[in-house]
Amino acid sequence: MADICDQIIESIEAARRNREPLSIVAGASKRFLGRTSNGSPLEVAAHEGIVSYEPGELVLAARAGTRLTEIEATLAERGQALQFEPPSFDGAATIGGTLACNMSGPARPWSGSVRDAVLGIELVTGRAERLRFGGRVMKNVAGFDVSRLQAGALGAFGVITEVSLKVLPRPRHTVTLVRALDAADAIVHMNKLAGTAKPMSGACWHDGSLYVRFSGAESAVEAAAGQRGGERLDPAATSRRSEAHARDTANGATRRRIRSAAKRSTRRRLRSAANRQTMQPRSGGTWPSIGSSISGPAHRSGASRFRRRRRYRGSTANGSSTGAAHSAGFTATSTRTNSNAWRNRRAAT
Amino acid sequence: MSSTAPEAAKAELVRRLRDLVAPEFVIEDAETKRPYECDALPIYRELPMLVVLPESVEQVQSVMRLCHDEGVPVIARGAGTGLSAGALPSPAAVVLSLARLDRILEIDPLARTARVQPGVRNLAISEAAARYGLFYGPDPSSQIACSIGGNVAENSGGVHCLKYGLTVHNVLRAEVIDVSGERFVAGSEGLDAAGFDLMALVTGSEGLLGVVTEITVRLLPTPETAQVIMAAFDSVSLAGDAVGAVIAAGIVPAGLEMMDGHAIRAAEAFAQAGYPTDASALLLCEIDGTAEEVAEHCGRVERMFGELGAISTRTSRNEAERALFWKGRKSAFPAVGRISPDYYCMDGTIPRGRIAEVLTEIDRMAENYGLRVANVFHAGDGNLHPLILFDANVPGEFEKADEFGGRILELCVAVGGCITGEHGVGIEKLRQMPAQFTDSELEQLHAVKRAFDPSGKLNPGKSVPTLRQCQEYRTLARTRESAPTGPSSAPPSRTLSRMRKSST
Repeated sequence: MADICDQIIESIEAARRNREPLSIVAGASKRFLGRTSNGSPLEVAAHEGIVSYEPGELVLAARAGTRLTEIEATLAERGQALQFEPPSFDGAATIGGTLACNMSGPARPWSGSVRDAVLGIELVTGRAERLRFGGRVMKNVAGFDVSRLQAGALGAFGVITEVSLKVLPRPRHTVTLVRALDAADAIVHMNKLAGTAKPMSGACWHDGSLYVRFSGAESAVEAAAGQRGGERLDPAATSRRSEAHARDTANGATRRRIRSAAKRSTRRRLRSAANRQTMQPRSGGTWPSIGSSISGPAHRSGASRFRRRRRYRGSTANGSSTGAAHSAGFTATSTRTNSNAWRNRRAAT
Repeated sequence: MSSTAPEAAKAELVRRLRDLVAPEFVIEDAETKRPYECDALPIYRELPMLVVLPESVEQVQSVMRLCHDEGVPVIARGAGTGLSAGALPSPAAVVLSLARLDRILEIDPLARTARVQPGVRNLAISEAAARYGLFYGPDPSSQIACSIGGNVAENSGGVHCLKYGLTVHNVLRAEVIDVSGERFVAGSEGLDAAGFDLMALVTGSEGLLGVVTEITVRLLPTPETAQVIMAAFDSVSLAGDAVGAVIAAGIVPAGLEMMDGHAIRAAEAFAQAGYPTDASALLLCEIDGTAEEVAEHCGRVERMFGELGAISTRTSRNEAERALFWKGRKSAFPAVGRISPDYYCMDGTIPRGRIAEVLTEIDRMAENYGLRVANVFHAGDGNLHPLILFDANVPGEFEKADEFGGRILELCVAVGGCITGEHGVGIEKLRQMPAQFTDSELEQLHAVKRAFDPSGKLNPGKSVPTLRQCQEYRTLARTRESAPTGPSSAPPSRTLSRMRKSST
């Protein structure tokens, strides 16, 4: 347990004086996301430790450098879990990086993303101000939702120093079924199944097989699983597979076209609102969640979208997509570069 | 400047608006503007300069452009069911009603999404999705009237948000017209969008960042079945413990609501729901899911309530009984309206574990203020709705109720909660914002606002107080603290002095 917030503030103040960009690094587990950052590293992994955990409130607050494995172990002692099942990347991933990269796992379409679970944050902005938004209660609509704005912002608005999260009871029972199916049929099948009131908690297609997971009350899970064909899968194998899937999906998706979400001037002003020059490493990247590949409107373009995706994975649109993922901020410039790169590539193919 | 100059400018604005929107939908006479003078918190009233009701996104866009060019502030309005005066007009501003944009554009049963215009009523989405076995999760009490655009602006909750989440968890994508009339898209059709999460920022932004013109919501499969367990307790602290026990047992109810003695008796007299009127606290715990799951969880919850000292428990045996159990809770506000000439509904959130302590303190304060309080709340997520009973016709009584309400919200912050769980800040809670945020944090919120709306023309004066206002509020709070407990002899005058109190 260590609180190095003062050091973080000092580093940011110094960087600001020297007009030097910073690249925020904690577990360095998601370097495959985004592009290389040119900021000097600001190590925040030592800012770690669970600050408060109240199982009866379903709320846990931890410093940003806290490893997911530590958080999960603490929750497991009380029969609880992170509902968004973030990939822990061999234990290296931290809660701050997970939020900055908006990383969720297979349960995402059913129990939400890390962004959905965030209740509040502490943020040190590029102006070296230590600010708190949100809180440790389930509902809070006072002021703009600056906490959720951090999800996927890759540290562009400042250093996340503390995160408070909604946690949930661990499901009492889980069954995963696997069966062979091609990708196009699997997408339709998954979406149809997700439209029924069964206790689904995961669906994934990988390498010719469809995996469907049910979680919840034992009676309900067994009833749902019993109605469906397929072989039961060993739970440990499921989690290894989903982690590999997370890495693949995120990696391929980094090179997807980025749609302009807002006027460039708005994005720029929003960023400079928090930073004024400091947190602007020239790096960027963005990705859909695993969930978006298996739910939502994926069926519309069905298999063709799937094939396109796989092609991106082999592409080199952005050069190598390495980069300090947690650290990276993405600027208006990098967004434009990304989409230009995509347009050029599309013209070329 | 002569008074005719602004009049001439207004006439010119009306003329140009009527070129954009059919003449009858640009309202300038006081009588027709009257229904727009307030939202569902009518203690704040003001007539707008004009009301404009566009019928298409293009019209919204052109109205926004015109107002931007002319430097006229714009206040977007949905169904007017807001409870924090977030849609309060101003004589210098145009009220932009989205009521005519009321079409459900598309329901995609396979993707489980609905694409709707902002004026669509919350309940209408679930009704339209029902044929596919789907529904829209957030269900504010006003769901028969409130619009989805307003839900996005306020990040509305409801009795089922413990399990199904708030608006922010159930909206995928929004098309937004910014202050200058340009369109931008927040979120995406997939679950997570690329880039900054503007969808999170727009949700709950109370109309300060843009005007939402199209929304894609997630739809959820309708649960196979649902049952409600009703449990009565001798004290609110026992009921509070029972709430904690359900959560700790690993059960996530669809809804978990608590009512105190005043609310139970008022609701029972109104709805005849079969509530035990001698109880001090009543819990309604709804379990939904598959038939197996509901049977398993209901059994566990009912046993748990019994072990934790419930004086009676009942589980709904059929849909009619379940609806009846809820009828009392859902009509609690109008029911309380029958036992008091006026009531003022608060909306703080606290950690669940502090419920008993906070209710005891509210009772103590109520005694000091000489006012009664009925408590109805979303116990599962710690969202309190104390209803302060008062009579606006008794001189000074509204001011007392208002001050008391403010102190309840400050108490919520003091125990680790917040000043608003789902109603929004609007005008009503501006004075409590400094209790929850520091000046630097508020300045950061203003910076976010400036990123979208540099000239501050969208719903000005709402949601985030200026730092100067904060200073005044803090000074007032200090004066009050130095006074003995109970109501101060000179209640603070409303800082926004142009607001008039309702005479009803």
